[in-house]
Amino acid sequence: MSAKPEQLKRRKRFTWRKQDFELTLLAIPTTIWYILFCYLPMFGIIIAFKQFKISGGFISNVVNSPWVGFKNFEFLFKSNDAWIIIRNTIGYNIIFIITGIVLPVLFAIMIGLLHNRKASKVYQTMMFLPYFLSWVVISAVGWAFFSFDKGILNQFLGNIGHDPVNWYMQPEYWPYILVLLNIWKGIGYGMIIYLATITAIDSSYYEAAVIDGASIWQQTRFITLPLLKLVIVMMFILSVGRIFYTDFGLFFQVTRDSNSLYNVATTVDVLVYKQLKSATIGMASAAAFVQSVLGCITILSANWIVKKIDPDSAMI
Amino acid sequence: MATKTYESGLDKFNRTSKGINILFNTIFLVIALACVVPVIVVLSISLTNESYIRDVGYSIFPADFSFEAYSFIAKQGTMILRALGTSTLVTVVGTVLGVLLTTSMGYVISRPSYKLKSFLTWIVFIPMVFNGGLVSSYFINANLLGLKDSFWALILPLAVSSFNVIICKTFFTSTIPDGVIESAEIDGANQIRIFFSIILPISLPVLATIGLFLCFSYWNDWFQSMLYIDNPNLYSLQALLNNLMTNADALARNAQSMGVSSAELIAKMPKESARMAVAILIILPVACAYPFFQRYFISGLTVGAVKG
Repeated sequence: MSAKPEQLKRRKRFTWRKQDFELTLLAIPTTIWYILFCYLPMFGIIIAFKQFKISGGFISNVVNSPWVGFKNFEFLFKSNDAWIIIRNTIGYNIIFIITGIVLPVLFAIMIGLLHNRKASKVYQTMMFLPYFLSWVVISAVGWAFFSFDKGILNQFLGNIGHDPVNWYMQPEYWPYILVLLNIWKGIGYGMIIYLATITAIDSSYYEAAVIDGASIWQQTRFITLPLLKLVIVMMFILSVGRIFYTDFGLFFQVTRDSNSLYNVATTVDVLVYKQLKSATIGMASAAAFVQSVLGCITILSANWIVKKIDPDSAMI
Repeated sequence: MATKTYESGLDKFNRTSKGINILFNTIFLVIALACVVPVIVVLSISLTNESYIRDVGYSIFPADFSFEAYSFIAKQGTMILRALGTSTLVTVVGTVLGVLLTTSMGYVISRPSYKLKSFLTWIVFIPMVFNGGLVSSYFINANLLGLKDSFWALILPLAVSSFNVIICKTFFTSTIPDGVIESAEIDGANQIRIFFSIILPISLPVLATIGLFLCFSYWNDWFQSMLYIDNPNLYSLQALLNNLMTNADALARNAQSMGVSSAELIAKMPKESARMAVAILIILPVACAYPFFQRYFISGLTVGAVKG
């Protein structure tokens, strides 16, 4: 911003110019949107502390339903599911964070080393495709492979003389399937983020390294990786900040909401949705409240850590 | 330019041996195929004769080629066509509305001398950190705002994302010279006019980025339908496929039977291939469009990474 004359600065503070009026007019629609779709729900959080009934008007319901304090939370944490859900949510997220960083970084470095640029573009485009598919479509894709009587996997098992597996009833396979699908969907996207950083590295570093006789492995180890480190740390911290949130589509759509898979595929988001749909509002709103608050705390702490490492990359 | 460094830098000093290069190429070929082949499988199932699927099962290559599913969709699938219409309309209206709401807010908070700048920046920023959660959002949208079973339930909740607003703000602060706006002000244009006839036309890169993000997220959305839509006439393609995944007869039950009883229709209809044909109907536009827009996405990701 260019320096403004002192006089103008002082005037700005006191008078409401025509310009400010017009800009406010321009901002009103989006501000209303924010109030309706972001801020009203923040106050709606109060229903976690109430015995809420679904029928009738929303506001009168919120006002009239009896205050129960932390009863809903007690129910939530006393249920047997609480432990499974916390384990699933955090456990999958830890695996996703690790695989979501190691593999894309590895592939981004590898694809940068390919001799043929055209081939590398083609691979990138092909690997980007799953990112653009919705979970409903992916669940249809999954069905084509995992269906018990018609699925391709069971036909293959039959061909090699193996008994067919009822995939949607066997919880032991699903942690692997879910992790693989998550990698499959996100690999192209992750790779491109790191590749963008690699392509932005000043080529004179490599030039100097080559003159000093560094091999391509030494260049990767001493130039590419150290310069990627900052982005890697940022991506790591940002994903840690989302550790209480999971991809609802992955856990709900792809598993086709199969009851046999409850123990391995129920995360906080799935629980909240199911409780909401089965009208167990108390527990659902308590779970959603815990998720929001813990989410807020982790995001703020992640941001605080980012600020320590690199002040420019912090959100706030 | 970043890409130039890439080509002249890494390329020039790219000294991996031939063997390693072949190994890497093989690895990428396998992964790239693993990303694409499942979609091709869905396509080939949609093109397979229903009786073959019933007897043998799904296959990677269309073993018994037939357009049965697609001709069923064209002839019988009023519901599919309506869902296609809903999806298209939601995508178009949502994208236009979303772009307008996002860019106008981005522009306003990018004006350094605007009085409410910091207040509005906080309005945008707070939801990035804290949200009301699914339950209270659901009740606000469904009960208070009356969006249950309404077309707007598919559009409004997804229209603005703070992340996109920040991308716009960053773009406006970093690329639009103050002089352009000042000279327009001197010529007597008001801010609204400046925004629509000067700022938007010269901001095509960011409009394309945000527009594409919104476009793909509207087209791919199924969650809003699952939450708010019970009326089958308002199903989007995603909601319809979602329904078909749990119940393949859903289509026949809701389709207008042209002279045939619905029981007859259920018996006749190519359930398995029709299900995959709907999936293809969803995938096809996305798969055709994204390679052309890939660079906008990449630039969008990089713009997002730069803090304003």
